[in-house]
Amino acid sequence: MPQYSLTVNGTEHLVDLPADLPLLYVLRDVLGITGPKYGCGVGICGACTSHLGDTAVRPCIVPLSDVGDRPITTIEGLATDDSLHPVQQAWIDEDVAQCGFCQPGQIMTAVQLLSRIPHPTDADIDAAMSDNVCRCGTYVRIRAAIRRAAAMINGA
Amino acid sequence: MTQRADFMDDEEQPAAPSTSDGGSDHGVSRRRFLQYAVQGSTLVLGGAFIEAKEAEASISIPELGEILDFADVVRLAELPYASNLVLEVTADDRIRFELPRLEKGQGIATAFAMLIADELDADYDRTDVVLSDRRADRPFSITGNSAAVRVLWGPVRDLAAQARARLVTAAALRWQVSPSSLRTSQSRVIAGDGRTASYGSLSADAARVLVPLVSTKPRPVSQYRFVGSAQARKNARAIVTGAQEYTLDIDVPGALPTVVARSPDIGGTIVSWNGSIAQTMPGVVGVVRIPSGIAVTAQTFKQAMDARDALQITWSPGPVRGLSDNQVRETLRQINLPLTPVLPLFGSRTATFEFPYLTHAMMEVMGAIADVRDDSAEIWYASQSPNFIATQVAQAIGISASKVRIHVPYAGGSFGRRLFGEAAIEAAQISKALRRPVKLMWTRNDDVRHGRFRPMARCELRATWLGGAMTSFEHRIAAAQTDFGHGLGEALTAIGASVLPSLFGQLGFLTMLSLPYRFGTTSHKLVERNFGVPTGSWRSVYSSMMTTANEIFIDEIARARRSDEVDFRLRHLDSAAAERCLRHVAAAGSWGRRMPAGQAQGVAVHAEYRSAVAYLVEIDTTGEEPRLLRAFCAVDVGVPINTRGLEAQMQGSLIDAWSIMFRAGCHLENGRIREGSFGDFLWARMRHTPPTTHVHVFPAESGAEPGGAGELGITAAAAACVNAYARATGKQPRRFPIQEFA
Repeated sequence: MPQYSLTVNGTEHLVDLPADLPLLYVLRDVLGITGPKYGCGVGICGACTSHLGDTAVRPCIVPLSDVGDRPITTIEGLATDDSLHPVQQAWIDEDVAQCGFCQPGQIMTAVQLLSRIPHPTDADIDAAMSDNVCRCGTYVRIRAAIRRAAAMINGA
Repeated sequence: MTQRADFMDDEEQPAAPSTSDGGSDHGVSRRRFLQYAVQGSTLVLGGAFIEAKEAEASISIPELGEILDFADVVRLAELPYASNLVLEVTADDRIRFELPRLEKGQGIATAFAMLIADELDADYDRTDVVLSDRRADRPFSITGNSAAVRVLWGPVRDLAAQARARLVTAAALRWQVSPSSLRTSQSRVIAGDGRTASYGSLSADAARVLVPLVSTKPRPVSQYRFVGSAQARKNARAIVTGAQEYTLDIDVPGALPTVVARSPDIGGTIVSWNGSIAQTMPGVVGVVRIPSGIAVTAQTFKQAMDARDALQITWSPGPVRGLSDNQVRETLRQINLPLTPVLPLFGSRTATFEFPYLTHAMMEVMGAIADVRDDSAEIWYASQSPNFIATQVAQAIGISASKVRIHVPYAGGSFGRRLFGEAAIEAAQISKALRRPVKLMWTRNDDVRHGRFRPMARCELRATWLGGAMTSFEHRIAAAQTDFGHGLGEALTAIGASVLPSLFGQLGFLTMLSLPYRFGTTSHKLVERNFGVPTGSWRSVYSSMMTTANEIFIDEIARARRSDEVDFRLRHLDSAAAERCLRHVAAAGSWGRRMPAGQAQGVAVHAEYRSAVAYLVEIDTTGEEPRLLRAFCAVDVGVPINTRGLEAQMQGSLIDAWSIMFRAGCHLENGRIREGSFGDFLWARMRHTPPTTHVHVFPAESGAEPGGAGELGITAAAAACVNAYARATGKQPRRFPIQEFA
């Protein structure tokens, strides 16, 4: 089987796996990185959302062969040492989560949104976040946390 | 045989929960209900246990839920085991409580940490609530019916008070001071002269205290500081850093990813199969047959799924092959009990509402880890009913139930699905066959198509009036039978109620009835039919159909009688708590304010679980899709523990409500469920939700008892959304989800 070198959250891993194996199963089943969740396996729900380079992707539909040398960041790699990313802190301050299962994916999508649009409008938030399902219905607090994080990162 | 006496005794016990109609004179309302019962509603449930004693007159149908509901059943069943709780003061000075319930996003782990911190005077930051393993000495630990706080409030307070009394006693003995001179704070005992001792340092001595020297009575609720406040959930940081573990995240050495090939039909069985190709595919470790299909174990889930797809299986048609939605609807129409004909001179309104099969669609799919040995099994499953699951696992693999250990991880949502444990049973069967631990996952397709469903239902309603007075309100429901076989039967038996399993639905239905209005003669009747499609309790069980239908219908009655919908409710409500909630949202949302064309407000109330709630929502129907602009909620749960957690529940319930009334439903087509993922089961997304939802949580009043909250919001939220839609469009929705039939 082909060998792949993956950098995940700053750590390099060498894996010997099929080219078409989606990244989610490499992360979870092989490397034991379980922050990205299996929600549907077909790229629809967003629970697995992670970053490939600077881009939010759904690793459940990203084959290993597409990763290249772009660094992978999962929810576990968002904080630096003990410092939470402002989005993570905002998520805590607004007490966004209920069951929490979708939230790593929500957070990774929100981080990308704020890196592209520092002061998103409601419509921007709708557009960016509507592909991440939350079954507990935390959307109103996700929206509040995004606004809060925007203020923290970029000023009010 | 009568069990009526038991219910009457419960009513007289001091611990009986207060009725939901707060301020009304219970005696007067009983007499009114008695009249309704005499006027024709019967209580005989095909020979089951509820029997009216002539001398006292009957329990009327609306009243049973005020005396006893499923939460009471669980509480009573657990009473003999109430002290079998584990509250530990650890050597490293932390408080650790093992909660015999499932935390699935409803926030109970945090709520009990708050309660314990208050009663015990523990440092909240060093108070940990973990989920208890299944315990055979707590045989009725069922998480459901919005009952966790109601059932465990008393026992946890008692336990924490006992612990505090013993810690104080131990300090008093150690320091040779009067125990009444000591106080406690932040996990420390503090003497008048300034000496302090940590709870951890006193723990061993406290355990040896036979008779505490201070009161072991819980303190009054008015003295609590955490209870009634707003706290972030305890695992918030773990969630946002990806550290929070769910079942399939847990690393059990050697437990490999496993999926099961399942019949394309509901309930189909294997005729023949060939795994020769699958067995040789990359990563595959094992292929075994179990009753529900063929299990494939591999190094990764994807490889297991690919090998599963390479299995050659011939399936028999399932028992419901040929059955589709329209036939179920037609059968429900035929079997439904008739409404009473309208008498001359009476005004009336009649309406029929139809609800689809509905998957639970929790974010975390069904899954379990099992490690089965020769005569024992260790299971990891986020179960709402672990003792029931243990029995089922034991039966499935032929060992004693006492040898089944079940660890209960946090769940990524459940909404009633994990009352059943198919994944745990299958994982055990596979582990036994392969002689190794396995990590079984139901794929999203499996979870949607092969799970359980809220039953398809048909609700026929009729109300009559004469002059200015409402004279009758009838509700006839025909529904696919709800499967309650998840341990509730054992709880009922334990409290001395003997109910045929086939009648659980009737009992549940009767206790969940809620029509907190003075509408004259009221009668609700349920008829069920088993169609062979697996069903289960779906957050609020019957209420999100029957009581939501009531609240939609009440809006229509109000309009038919040329009445303002809020005013009409206020004139007829006989629940003080529901009335208070409605007044609050009407004021907060400026009910009656002028709205642009195509926009409207809608309200609804609900009283159940000894709680009450009201919603006022504002809808805009001028866009591509209808959407809520904003929403207001007021909720009375008797004694709120975590107001922030309650806000979350009410905000989330609104999303449930919008999703199921406007967007999401399942379709039965020729014995199969059509939907397979969130791509076609249209749960609400960010763009479908109101940007704001304001929730007001009423603080506790003196003497109040905690009511339930988990299922409370959805019923009223659903009706409020539909009522707003009706007022905005002039349409009267009859089939749901609305956007499918608009």
